[in-house]
Amino acid sequence: MPAAGVVMIVAVLLIVAALVFYLVSTILALQKITRSLDEAITGVVGIIEKSAPVNEVVTTINQHLDAGVDLLEGLLVKKAGMEDAVGLVDGLYPGAAKEGFRNFPESKTVKAPRIGEVYTKGTLTLARLGREAPIAAASPNGPALRNPVYGSLAARGLYPEGRQSRPENMPRSPIIGSDSPVQYVPSESPGVRKRMPVPAVAPKTGAEPPADEGGIVKSGLAFLRRLKNDDDQ
Amino acid sequence: MTLEWIGDAILLLVVLPVVVYLLRGVLNAANSIVPSVQQVATAAHAGSKDLDAAALLLTTQGQVIKTIETAADYGGSLDVILDDAR
Repeated sequence: MPAAGVVMIVAVLLIVAALVFYLVSTILALQKITRSLDEAITGVVGIIEKSAPVNEVVTTINQHLDAGVDLLEGLLVKKAGMEDAVGLVDGLYPGAAKEGFRNFPESKTVKAPRIGEVYTKGTLTLARLGREAPIAAASPNGPALRNPVYGSLAARGLYPEGRQSRPENMPRSPIIGSDSPVQYVPSESPGVRKRMPVPAVAPKTGAEPPADEGGIVKSGLAFLRRLKNDDDQ
Repeated sequence: MTLEWIGDAILLLVVLPVVVYLLRGVLNAANSIVPSVQQVATAAHAGSKDLDAAALLLTTQGQVIKTIETAADYGGSLDVILDDAR
């Protein structure tokens, strides 16, 4: 066989070998793609199946919520009147009056009265608890007003700071027991005491006589004076 | 004889490189698709899993209906109890 023929056979074999190698590699890559696409199709089918009823359900929910909005807006306007209704909502959510009521376009032009100074605290508190009211869209991301644990504390936010701090500044409850600052002598019969209770700590002023001077008489006089002052008030 | 050598040269120097170049391009393209398709499959699977909670919308729907019905009942009662503004 001539040398040229041998070289040709070798060249053809090289070409065929290259074809086999690259085509087999391509086939393997395409098989991977096919498997991945099968997984993707499975996932997409799952998405389609699971999201199929969403549209209908959300539409139904929106219809019912719309009905609730219509009901509550209508009831509020009917019972409170347009002006007070807008003022009430604006008192709860400042600035919400500009949005007005959805079913009452004329509510946007109503000048909201300062309803917080007109209605009682209880009315405003009860109304404020309905944070999910549609008019609350002005501050939907605000803190929850109806806190099941600290509900009473949340209601304090409605009032000026002076009132909010009032409970913390109230005097403590009377102390009772053997080490209490005011000691009571047990009575022998109901309503009759040997002497009136006096503080265990001596008075700082020194203007009043000691408790043992005068005994029952002076304590009784002091008690009567206090009683008279209470009656005068 | 000379023509045979010329043919051999063409096969080795032209045809073989061209075949290798073309096939390698096809292989590279196929390989580059594989990770993209795998990412699509992973995302589709994750998306399908995220929608598992969509069934709870039916519960939400029921609760909303009950809530609105209750509010309507209260509204009806308030409508009777309270006087109108005017």
